[in-house]
Amino acid sequence: MTTTKYLLTSVEMARFVANGFHRLDAVVPAELNERAIPAFDAGQQPGVAYGTPVKDAFPEGSISRELLDLPVVAGALQSLLGSDPTVDHHHVHVREPHEGGAQPLHGDAIIDTRIDAFDVQLMYYPQEVTTDMGGTLSVPGSHLRRTNESDTGRYQNLRGQTRLTCPPGTVVLLHHGIWHGGRRNDSDIRRYMYKIRFNPTVPQVRTWDVADLGDPDVARELSVFHPWSEHATARLEVYNRIKMWRALTNDASFDIDYWATRVANRPGRAA
Amino acid sequence: MKQQVLVLYLNTSALDAEVLAWANYDGTGRTNPTTGDGDVPPYETGVDALKDGWRLFQASQLIPPYPGHEYDTSFLKHEFWFEKIE
Repeated sequence: MTTTKYLLTSVEMARFVANGFHRLDAVVPAELNERAIPAFDAGQQPGVAYGTPVKDAFPEGSISRELLDLPVVAGALQSLLGSDPTVDHHHVHVREPHEGGAQPLHGDAIIDTRIDAFDVQLMYYPQEVTTDMGGTLSVPGSHLRRTNESDTGRYQNLRGQTRLTCPPGTVVLLHHGIWHGGRRNDSDIRRYMYKIRFNPTVPQVRTWDVADLGDPDVARELSVFHPWSEHATARLEVYNRIKMWRALTNDASFDIDYWATRVANRPGRAA
Repeated sequence: MKQQVLVLYLNTSALDAEVLAWANYDGTGRTNPTTGDGDVPPYETGVDALKDGWRLFQASQLIPPYPGHEYDTSFLKHEFWFEKIE
């Protein structure tokens, strides 16, 4: 299937690099959402071995395969991961009604400091999620902070955090490092979220539609300051995004407002 | 005697800087604060918490970056712990 017309633009990629997520509202057809909920009620989807190619991981007709075959989802995944990604693992997460607790704010797996490669986590919400259903909490722009798993559990709320509410059939694609957690479900409704983690198998270089690479909005997106980040540290966040954008575009000269160039300027010094 | 704890994360190392993040722990058992339970900070600045009767008992030290890691980002830097006792 061609996904060319569904590839992300450079501006959208820059937004992902700055925010750590790409959100697709109500992109999954109602028919698939309606099949998903009873399937998730029945338990976990069949297991997939680590490192299984996406094209081999899920059988024809399965919810997972149909979800990943949606052109808008496939195009976004190809833009972020390049061709031939593999499945790391997948899991159905359920927040029971009035279950009483929230997950501590965390990053998945273990501390992962890669700046020139990244995994993507797909989160699929088959039903409408309202505020009191405990939709996923996430912190835009936290993905490049070097912290390990739930060591951030002390933080309850941050300015600019996202407490997800969404229409049925919403998909969110996350950078592996983003701080997030399932919120307390204060409603009478079971809440479902199906997650698939993907690993790249090719260099993540210019894997999106790069026609607009020179658009000034690329630098503008990469320069955003998030309201929870200290002003001084937010400057370092921009510096780190410049390093990531250099890797993703294979352009070692890319810079914004001279942040990276200035601190590397050592005339006449070789080492 | 029971302790209520308020943790504020500020924009700079100054106590009168803007609140960026926060957490509450309630030893009286009257409330059950948790992760992601609100978008509005309880105070605009750390000093505003003092004005409302919170007693500061700990503040983050200013620690230089580890050599070679000057551009790394990690935990929130400016953490201030307050209490009320009843």
